[in-house]
Amino acid sequence: MFDKILIANRGEIACRVIKTARRMGIQTVAIYSDADRHALHVEMADEALHIGPPPANQSYIVIDKVMEAIRASGAQAVHPGYGFLSENPKFAEALEAAGVAFIGPPKGAIEAMGDKITSKKIAQEAGVSTVPGYMGLIEDAEEAVRISTEIGYPVMIKASAGGGGKGMRIAWSDAEAREGFQSSKNEAASSFGDDRIFIEKFVTQPRHIEIQVLCDTHGNGIYLHERECSIQRRNQKVVEEAPSPFLDPETRRAMGEQAVALAKAVGYASAGTVEFIVDGDKNFYFLEMNTRLQVEHPVTELITGVDLVEQMIRVANGEALTLRQEDLTINGWAIENRLYAEDPYRGFLPSIGRLTRYRPPAEGTLGAGTVRNDTGVYEGGEISMYYDPMIAKLCTWGETRAAAIETMRNALDSFEVEGIGHNLPFVAAVMDHPKFVSGDMTTAFIAEEYPEGFEGVTLAEPELKRIAAAAAAMNRVAEIRRARISGTLNNHERHVGDEWCVSLQGQDFEMGIAADHDGSTIRFADGATHRVEGDWTPGDSLARMTVDGAPLVLKVDKITHGFRIRSRGADLRVHVRTPRQAELARRMPEKQPPDTSKMLLCPMPGLIVKIDVAEGDEVQEGQALCTVEAMKMENILRAERKGTVARINAGAGDSLAVDDVIMEFE
Amino acid sequence: MKDILQELHDRRENARLGGGQKRIDGQHAKGKLTARERIELLLDEGSFEEYDTFVAHRCTDFGMARNRPYGDGVVTGWGTINGRMVYVFSQDFTVLGGSVSATHAQKICKIMDMAVQNGAPVIGLNDSGGARIQEGVDSLAGYGEVFQRNIEASGVIPQISVIMGPCAGGAVYSPAMTDFIFMVKDSSYMFVTGPDVVKTVTNEQVTAEELGGAVTHTRKSSVADGAFENDVEALAEVRRLVDFLPLNNREKPPVRPFFDDVDRLEASLDTLIPDNPNMPYDMKELITKVADEGDFYEIQEDFAGNIITGFIRLEGQTVGVVANQPMVLAGVLDIDSSRKAARFVRFCDCFEIPLLTLVDVPGFLPGTSQEYNGVIKHGAKLLFAYGEATVPKVTVITRKAYGGAYDVMASKHLRADVNYAWPTAQIAVMGAKGAAEIIHRADLGDPDKIAAHAAEYEDRFANPFIAAERGFIDEVIQPRSTRRRVARAFAMLRNKRRSMPWKKHDNIPL
Repeated sequence: MFDKILIANRGEIACRVIKTARRMGIQTVAIYSDADRHALHVEMADEALHIGPPPANQSYIVIDKVMEAIRASGAQAVHPGYGFLSENPKFAEALEAAGVAFIGPPKGAIEAMGDKITSKKIAQEAGVSTVPGYMGLIEDAEEAVRISTEIGYPVMIKASAGGGGKGMRIAWSDAEAREGFQSSKNEAASSFGDDRIFIEKFVTQPRHIEIQVLCDTHGNGIYLHERECSIQRRNQKVVEEAPSPFLDPETRRAMGEQAVALAKAVGYASAGTVEFIVDGDKNFYFLEMNTRLQVEHPVTELITGVDLVEQMIRVANGEALTLRQEDLTINGWAIENRLYAEDPYRGFLPSIGRLTRYRPPAEGTLGAGTVRNDTGVYEGGEISMYYDPMIAKLCTWGETRAAAIETMRNALDSFEVEGIGHNLPFVAAVMDHPKFVSGDMTTAFIAEEYPEGFEGVTLAEPELKRIAAAAAAMNRVAEIRRARISGTLNNHERHVGDEWCVSLQGQDFEMGIAADHDGSTIRFADGATHRVEGDWTPGDSLARMTVDGAPLVLKVDKITHGFRIRSRGADLRVHVRTPRQAELARRMPEKQPPDTSKMLLCPMPGLIVKIDVAEGDEVQEGQALCTVEAMKMENILRAERKGTVARINAGAGDSLAVDDVIMEFE
Repeated sequence: MKDILQELHDRRENARLGGGQKRIDGQHAKGKLTARERIELLLDEGSFEEYDTFVAHRCTDFGMARNRPYGDGVVTGWGTINGRMVYVFSQDFTVLGGSVSATHAQKICKIMDMAVQNGAPVIGLNDSGGARIQEGVDSLAGYGEVFQRNIEASGVIPQISVIMGPCAGGAVYSPAMTDFIFMVKDSSYMFVTGPDVVKTVTNEQVTAEELGGAVTHTRKSSVADGAFENDVEALAEVRRLVDFLPLNNREKPPVRPFFDDVDRLEASLDTLIPDNPNMPYDMKELITKVADEGDFYEIQEDFAGNIITGFIRLEGQTVGVVANQPMVLAGVLDIDSSRKAARFVRFCDCFEIPLLTLVDVPGFLPGTSQEYNGVIKHGAKLLFAYGEATVPKVTVITRKAYGGAYDVMASKHLRADVNYAWPTAQIAVMGAKGAAEIIHRADLGDPDKIAAHAAEYEDRFANPFIAAERGFIDEVIQPRSTRRRVARAFAMLRNKRRSMPWKKHDNIPL
């Protein structure tokens, strides 16, 4: 076995690999850019080497720099993680030349599968079913339009070297094909250094289901069942699970066997993933093969009990697989939620900055399930603009799908992330969405269920009442503490009353509260009573309560006359007032927020790349107004309605904050 | 007897109706509460003791004799906030527009005299059309009596003003001399001369809101210390503020049971200071992570954001915080920030509230506008305020402490009691590059040499250890342990006694 391996990656995946290596008694070497000097993977590794400035194309993906680090550290093998150099045959080649083992597939397999056009040809030859599309290279936008018309809209335009949604566009018309081709090409060039583009039929109502394969250098190959990753936003996976609620054993076996056949056809030896699109009739089409460890691999590990990283290391060390296909059963259900530093209330725009608070739920048992959290960040760390804005991969396991989902809901309720915008409320909403809960979903789930974007969660009355009861109990604790201040007038202390009115989500609940040693009994106006227990004290940001014996975990912040409470994706302002205070509060005028409909506000912190219009221009709805670059992604801001540009307050090169006014309309 | 009781009851009912139901409805229609409703929200339920319910004016001119409503436009008395005594007057706009007559002023003066004698704060809820014009000089005399009491009470008891409606002309000067002024957004304004007079005299067209609304006074003029959305929020937040303040200058600030570990370590503070010295960070994160339960009551949040002032608690006891804010103008000291912080420091010193100063200051803001407007004397206010403050003073330098601003920000030389520095502190006369250019003027033409000199200067001074060698810094501490260190320092200082030489009063550079 290797004595020392280098992990040519950063973030959670570097940490994940280090954990397994450490367990196997292998020393680890981390590499880091200037931006990652204080990163978690650097701290976790046995040694760490600096390899350059923050941009990945000046550090993590510069083969020479990584090779130099390997030489300097004396590592015998390299785990590439995902992204970066993980699917770069030149890197595999350089390692081979240096006599260093690559913890991944052979160079030939990467080359064969790395190019989406050749991979499709090979798949067809190996008897794997594929989606119709144009395999050749496309010269210009006009050719892209012609090919798209031939295949028939809708079409998907993809970067040949791409992945993870980058350099990918869907076009429904000639105009979109033209624009999509150009932007895919630009993004591909800047993200992968390879601007080749291909086009294929866009399969409607698809589910994304992928097969995990594992092959060794001795000709053995197995599949570790499937993962369903249909909950995607702009082709970026958000929620993944294993197994799929959709597949039957026959389809699973057919997909698994085709996947292994494809892997063997390219002499694969490592962990890999064969992605399929599956339609409503369980027809499946080969999409692509990822010749690396997949982001969502933990769900497979949770249901099979196999450590994929360990297997990759053993295969790279020349060992034969000891796992046999018939040994691989599906044990329970696992779900992964990807927590991204993307603000769901602002169209999921990236939100970078400092994690002023980061408290994930404890790993291990939670209720009837278990929690696993793969992360590369820590409280006080930074989500940098240079890399993928992932905060963590929160996974839960349960005996059944329902149990795994319930454990996930509870884990999300106690996951504290502050300082940046993040999608935790959104994934919490998905976990309660009836379509997700029933397993009835396609890759269009997010686009269809949240067509106007995510606007928060509205809780049903029973849940509101539970929260109202808990808030009244917490408020009582806070009020009693206030009354215990020093300097009170003897014998004229404040008496904290028993009658309260809790207002939340536009509803008022009058209630009486009777407290005893262990908790409070809350009586609503309709006579119903609820028992609230918990040891919340003022200042606790997490309230772990029980209401009528059922656990209720709330994120709590103080506001005037009450609390801001976050739970199950809802973000509530909860006022707890005496009946008289509530009566007077109802007299207060509702204030309208300032009218920003005639302004273009910067939706995220970023850099203005260009302004497409001039003062006095008349613009049409949907017309591009300007381009803002954030997190290395170019975001085109468009006119929401027809109008005339009255004033432009920013110019190309300006660095703007959230809600800065870019331009105003007449 | 029964009849007499009934008459008392009827008279009280009459007084409680103020200017009558129609005017009460009018007040509500404007989104405002009545004088008595406001008192209900300000004080503990059922704790209000009203005095002078039946006071009526004595004016007979202009037909005033026919209109002598009970209370005369102001409700006065005392009650408790979380069981602690406060005096309150609440002007009643429904009664003669809340205008100030001689008797109206007498009512206010009566409770102010009681407040000073009995040692409890005065809270004024202002909602008044101004002087009772029919009374002429009697009304002005009334104002004058209130002014004189504001002055005498200053530094003896906390005085808080809440502007909840109009407050114009001479009426502004009573709140102006109180410790804190809060305003209600969209329904209050304060100015010396109103929009009509402004138009006549200077030809400026301006609305009452633009001239003296809550936004103007919290952002531009700094007359107000805070603004709230409506009456309910404003009064709740005044209650919250009172919980931080001592009742008078003979008493220690209040202590409240607290639910936070004094020894709580905050590992995340170890990474608060960015690697790049020119990158800002949010000083409020440090304040809330040091404070009990993360609770921070900010004063003048919307003005001179380059310095932060407000109250926290440590071990349940009130502490005043002054902190440079690198997020705004790099945390530089200028006229506005010096004035803001100086007034806050003096308030804390008046009322025995210990001071925590968090320092990251690159110096004073240069420029003609600063010099022409007297940054020398305004900057000196903060210096003076710190130097004369005898309360416990604990200082933490997180990063930059350059030049004169180092001295100003509660340095050891101004008799701060405990001065801590983080290892990231840089205590020097100025930034390294500037220093190199002055010391090595001869090499000015050679950027390489200057860079080398700057590096040398940085090596020497971009750390807290030179200052620590001299004892100007008592200890270099780990950022993560700041809460424990600071709390223990204040614990050690609980019995601090320090007096200044006898004087009638000092002569702070106003």
